[in-house]
Amino acid sequence: MSSTPDAQQPEPKSVRGTIVTTVPRASFDPAGGAAQPEELLDVYLRVNGAEQHIRVPGRRLLSDALRHDLGLTGTHVGCEHGVCGACTVLLDGQPARACLMFAATAQGHQITTVEGLSTPDGELGPVQQAFVECHGLQCGFCTPGFLTTITAYLDENPDPTPEEAREAIGGNLCRCTGYQNIVKAVCRAAELRRGEQAPPDGTQTPAAPTERQEQR
Amino acid sequence: MSTRTVGSSVQRREDPRLVRGDGRYLDDLGHDALAAAFVRSPHGHAKVVDIDTSGAIDVDGVVAVWTWEDLEGTGSAAEPLPMLLPHPSIEHPVTGYALAKDRVHHVGQPIVMVVAQDRYLAEDAAQRVRVSYEPLPAVVGVEAARAAERLVHEEAPGNVGAYFEQHLGDAAGQIDAAPHVLELDLDIERSACMPMEGKGILARWDAEEGRLKVHASTQTSTGLRAALAAKLGLPLSAVEVIAPDVGGGFGVKINHPWPEDVAVAAAAMRMQAKIKWVEDRREHFISSAHERQQLQHVRVGFDDDGQILGMQAQVWHDHGAYLPYGVIVPLNTATHIPGPYRMRHFSVTFTSLYTNTVIVTPYRGAGRPQAAYLMERTMDAIARHLDKDRTKVRSVNFVQPEQMPWDLGMVLQDGRMGIYDSGDFPASLEKLKELVGWEDFEDYREQARAEGRRVGIGMACYVEGTGAGPYEGGHIEVETNGRVNVSTGLTTQGQGHATVFAQIVADELGVKVEDVHVTTGDTRRMAYSVGTWGSRGAVMSGNALLLTARKVKEQALRIAADALEANPDDLEIVDGIVRVKGAPKSQIPLPMVAVLANPLRYAFDETARAATQFGGKSDESKPPIGDAEHPGLEGSDFFSPVRTTFANGMHAAVVETDPDTADITVLRYCVVHDCGPMLNPMIVEGQVHGGVAQGIGGALYERLAYDADGQLLNASFMDFLMPFATEVPHIETDHLETPSPLNPLGIKGAGEAGTIPTSAAIASAVEDAEGFPIRRMPISPPELWELRKQHASDTTDPS
Repeated sequence: MSSTPDAQQPEPKSVRGTIVTTVPRASFDPAGGAAQPEELLDVYLRVNGAEQHIRVPGRRLLSDALRHDLGLTGTHVGCEHGVCGACTVLLDGQPARACLMFAATAQGHQITTVEGLSTPDGELGPVQQAFVECHGLQCGFCTPGFLTTITAYLDENPDPTPEEAREAIGGNLCRCTGYQNIVKAVCRAAELRRGEQAPPDGTQTPAAPTERQEQR
Repeated sequence: MSTRTVGSSVQRREDPRLVRGDGRYLDDLGHDALAAAFVRSPHGHAKVVDIDTSGAIDVDGVVAVWTWEDLEGTGSAAEPLPMLLPHPSIEHPVTGYALAKDRVHHVGQPIVMVVAQDRYLAEDAAQRVRVSYEPLPAVVGVEAARAAERLVHEEAPGNVGAYFEQHLGDAAGQIDAAPHVLELDLDIERSACMPMEGKGILARWDAEEGRLKVHASTQTSTGLRAALAAKLGLPLSAVEVIAPDVGGGFGVKINHPWPEDVAVAAAAMRMQAKIKWVEDRREHFISSAHERQQLQHVRVGFDDDGQILGMQAQVWHDHGAYLPYGVIVPLNTATHIPGPYRMRHFSVTFTSLYTNTVIVTPYRGAGRPQAAYLMERTMDAIARHLDKDRTKVRSVNFVQPEQMPWDLGMVLQDGRMGIYDSGDFPASLEKLKELVGWEDFEDYREQARAEGRRVGIGMACYVEGTGAGPYEGGHIEVETNGRVNVSTGLTTQGQGHATVFAQIVADELGVKVEDVHVTTGDTRRMAYSVGTWGSRGAVMSGNALLLTARKVKEQALRIAADALEANPDDLEIVDGIVRVKGAPKSQIPLPMVAVLANPLRYAFDETARAATQFGGKSDESKPPIGDAEHPGLEGSDFFSPVRTTFANGMHAAVVETDPDTADITVLRYCVVHDCGPMLNPMIVEGQVHGGVAQGIGGALYERLAYDADGQLLNASFMDFLMPFATEVPHIETDHLETPSPLNPLGIKGAGEAGTIPTSAAIASAVEDAEGFPIRRMPISPPELWELRKQHASDTTDPS
């Protein structure tokens, strides 16, 4: 027995609020139109090595295009004003805030998202693996932006000190970890990239690189 | 026995999914859903005179534009939101509406909801809604609320929402008779949880089944489910709420239902549609919740050793525009002031006040940081007055380990007596002094001074009621392929429940952690739960799952004993195999026990086929399922403790203050923490690290700045300063593990340990560096610079 609430009767038109239609659309069409129907652009994106074509308005943010048009929801949106870094993707290998870019602007560039950081056979990449080993994430929301940022950084500096690692992640916000294990993960990722062995099993935590203590 | 995993740092089972970008957070769901956007009040206090939605309706792609009137006829959606936690102290409870009716009481309050085919269009249309207001004078800040020259709500005279007092002994008499008396005025400012993911809801009406299915970024899916059913006039059985991956909470996602929850769910139900609202960051700043702001007055009497003889504390608490979550925060402040100290003559009052600002609900620590701040600033003031070492003054006041259990003599926020169950404060202090090098600090200060640097050391202690009841439950089911499905009702926002709960169940059941799959926060799997707050996840659900695992194990051994013709007491389960102790060849795999537990005759898989070897042994005189039995290898149990358990800890900070710019740097931060035996030390440490970072944010950077009209001046991450990695020092930790007698695991909560005494510890260190009292937190370089100017005339230069 399904219950059918009375409230599902057709809605009288109220004074100030109006239900224009009660038919939910079966499929999502971002080109649903605006007051003046927006011009749609053909945008060709190269994401994680694959060519993608979307038809979106010029104002469509790259973060929204990746997430909602291409279904790559690993890139997260934390502030939509370019501060927190959760939406960081790599644009031709360099970190960029996807929430501050239009999808159309990214045409002609190579985009790497968190989904592109694993090896082609699905193995975790070194930065991803280091985050797992070092407890570099808790809620995981800021993590994709850290992973992309650190990936680019280690290309530039493959052997950072803990101080350098801390500086390198200084443009991304995390509210859970206090950053300590992320710093540890940067150093561990550098080791993994150099082919140094993973710790024997999950019941061991890798040794913490010691950070500079006050000389006393 | 299988190798025990509880107590070891097992890597998190949820991480591979999350680091691949395969998390499923709220906005990763429902790409085909309609999108809601809200028109919000630009005024701190105003009458809503008229709403013209005609411009919005014309926008192509807009599906609905709702004002308060459109909520009428759907259950009680048009009625004010519930006051979730009644308390005798609450004199004038006022809550808001899902959409403002005729008045708005804070900037950001939702007035109109627009539903459109996508968020861009919904926001376009929202901008075309014209609302006419008659602005009214706003009440901002504790002092303005206390003065009550203007009222936030006419129905709350004096702007008072609640007034509370508790008295122990004869505080006033003891203070009057004391050799030394001090009075302090203290001030602590507003911050906010600021999880990286804002709030949000995805609601879909299933017309075929007449059911509402909701995904929400919430800390209590069971609470939201009950609230939505009540608000929408639906039977509870017609509502499901699922918390998917949640991108942090820290308290703000415990309040429910949010106005947007009710509006979106009501529209989904009425329009038989799928509708999603995802809070953006500006919305989160002006329409979620904040916490911390209080003014405090302390009067304390003490002897020559610094032993407190009597203490009176008055607290004025700013709870914002409405009171949906009761007085948990100021109640926690009031009951946590005594901390680790013997206080037999103590009185506390709080006045909880309305202001025209965003509501105040618990944020990590939930009133306890303010309590630690009040008590620890007082301790430092006593030490300063007597010219004694700050640790010595604390030591003479400590509750001693042999005095445990220590009756606090106060009723806690859960309505039960506060009794400290475990802890060894002198031992914790010794560990902390060792860790930070307390005794050697003067040498370091001299050395720094010689280099032209100014440094200070500070410390703070706290005791925290954790793992509050009333209950949490567990359900465990062993499948015939050996997969162990575990569910508990509370939600997860990064605490690693999928790992820690799996460890508990794996150890108790004798299976591998990898075979245990944990679901949290899904009302379809566990309908009875309270929620994740107050450092209660591991204590409550951890113990519930331990009890459940024992139950399931008992059932497994009973069934296996029949099959093996053995006594259940002679059996053990090792690595998923039930065997006779000392005769391991006599064994049956647990998956096969699961087959026998459900005496279907269908051999649907290999295990079921193989189980026939154990057939024919059943007693023909008994039914296949006995009286006390149920089909399936599964069970449920609940854990409900008699009262709250108390964790405790002590922090020390070393700071450097720039002699010229007054810039404040935290050089070192040390934590000694006692949450009893640690289930997974890596995760406990992670909780401490994160808590300290939020505490440092609250001490030095985070302040929600309102102007006199109730405009939040810094509602963005550019202006509200949260610590980045460069602002947080390396955190040094040590642990004491005094078990709690109140639960089978002997554990105490850890989630808020990092945050509670941080403002107090840093204030203590800055005070030590500068040589003058710090009475207002957070403290910024310009404020310190001003304080230096004020004190320059009457203080000798401490450096």
